[in-house]
Amino acid sequence: MVRRLGLVAGLLAGLILPGFFQPAAAEPPRRVLSMNLCTDQLAMMLAAPGQLVSVSYLAQDPSASAMAAEAGRLPVNHGLAEEIFLMRPDLVLAGAWSTPETIRLLDRLNIPVEVFPIEIDIAGIRANIRRMGAVLGREAQARAMLARFDADLARLSDAQGPRPRAALYAANGYSSGSDSLAGEIVALAGFDNVADELGLPSGGVLPLETLLLSDPDLLVEGRRYAGHARAQEVLDHPALKALARGRPAEVMSDPDWVCGNPHILRAVSQLRDARLALQARP
Amino acid sequence: MTGPRYPLLMAALSTLVAALFLASLLTGPAGIGPGESLAALFRGGDDLLALVMRELRLPRAILGLLVGAALGMAGAVLQGFLRNPLAEPGLIGTSASAALGAVLAIQTGLSAAFPLGLPLAALAGAALSVLLVLMLAGPRGGTLALILAGIAISALAGAATSLVLNLSPNPFAINEIVFWIMGSLADRSMLHVWIAAPFMGLGFVLIWPMRRALNALTLGEDAAASSGVHLGRLRLMLVAGIAALIGGATAVAGTVGFVGLVVPHVLRRAVGASPARLVPAAALGGAAVVLAADIAVRLIAPGRDLKLGVLTALVGAPFFLHLILKTRREGL
Repeated sequence: MVRRLGLVAGLLAGLILPGFFQPAAAEPPRRVLSMNLCTDQLAMMLAAPGQLVSVSYLAQDPSASAMAAEAGRLPVNHGLAEEIFLMRPDLVLAGAWSTPETIRLLDRLNIPVEVFPIEIDIAGIRANIRRMGAVLGREAQARAMLARFDADLARLSDAQGPRPRAALYAANGYSSGSDSLAGEIVALAGFDNVADELGLPSGGVLPLETLLLSDPDLLVEGRRYAGHARAQEVLDHPALKALARGRPAEVMSDPDWVCGNPHILRAVSQLRDARLALQARP
Repeated sequence: MTGPRYPLLMAALSTLVAALFLASLLTGPAGIGPGESLAALFRGGDDLLALVMRELRLPRAILGLLVGAALGMAGAVLQGFLRNPLAEPGLIGTSASAALGAVLAIQTGLSAAFPLGLPLAALAGAALSVLLVLMLAGPRGGTLALILAGIAISALAGAATSLVLNLSPNPFAINEIVFWIMGSLADRSMLHVWIAAPFMGLGFVLIWPMRRALNALTLGEDAAASSGVHLGRLRLMLVAGIAALIGGATAVAGTVGFVGLVVPHVLRRAVGASPARLVPAAALGGAAVVLAADIAVRLIAPGRDLKLGVLTALVGAPFFLHLILKTRREGL
């Protein structure tokens, strides 16, 4: 009972407090700098022309960013406090994984920093879109974006009947479960996740032999990076190649799979096509 | 004192290795019954269990056997040749240099263009480091000079390996440093067996005829030379043999330390302190130790790729300290 009261109090506080602490939306920031690949993309989609002054260098990398072309028109930063300070931003957007030292230093330099949590599901994505709209003073644009996102998502959510089983497999044999953005994409496309069946809803290392014996309907492999790493050798293992023979396999391309924003719908659509093909089989 | 004891010891070691090989085949996260697993190994066809047995567990067991045998044998030969109980491929920098060669082959793309480039580069690294140690420590291999030269070469090769992996464009390359320092047999395939086995076989062939000369060497270099041992040739064959053994083993399994130190020591008394008999016994003993360690890493932390070197160092490092104390007491 006490615990439930605490929960209710927490929920109420969560509803009320953000309203308290929001700066009285007087002036929207004019020089916004983003230092995280995911806030880069949300900011580019929502900011007013000229409002965003710099994005992270990753935003220009087409193998990681879905908006490399747009980012190419902006100066980049490498998340270093000194470099950021010299660009004189009046608001810095950071991700939960941004280096804490940099954020602490920016705090001491009296530069406001907004840290966005990692999105691992649709609710998280919607919350971050709304929040980005609020901190940039672009609420109307955020609302329009959400409406489009919801409509597109509804169109893709047509899974019926028994759900086929997908296994995600990336470098080092890492498999994402349903408590991750990749897992959410798999679930939205109408698949059950093999990692969940094996007790790894938060993801974890799946030994290759466990993956083989789980006999998934669809294999979703991690992307390869340039250069060589032993971590990736497992993706070329003859046993995995033998498993992939005779069953569909898709590749997670980072731009569509890494950041929680409307671009994930491309990944959902890619997997949905794979599901429809599977279900059309005799 | 040796009489029938030596054949008995060899028979016991062979049985142990065979049993551990079988146990390695039957150890895995999937938890399938032993009968079913072995049946799948010999069954044709493409079902998933047969795939697991043939493409994952069999290469792992074979590599455990070969890598362990190579490490045990190289340790016995180095100790006999340098007449120093602290000589070991891991401690004198041979393994670290072989790892550097392998990393260079992988990162420059040589191994992708030409699969044998990987063990060849590892062999080159190992050979260079053995020659360097011999040069620095002198042919008699005084303990202090040997260990210091080994530490310097290990540190240098380790740093160069880290540098190469740090410069790689691949975000995962950096994690590999642990593999090259600690060694692992996880997710190896038959391809790794094919590229490493010929080199370890070559090392064996080079070293095997030299084992009698090692016996003569226990009496000192002059005595050995007067009994017809060609020291220059012996040195060349042993350096080439050790480089082939360690190059082949390190290229596919990373650095597995202390096996070459502990195994010859444990077996030395049982073979009557004869280097010629110690060489094959240490090969079997090394195979048993690495197979056992590889089974243990899978039982202790299933699915986490606990490194082999962690276990061998946990057992080997205290042993090493014990040896240092003993060496000091004997005033060497």
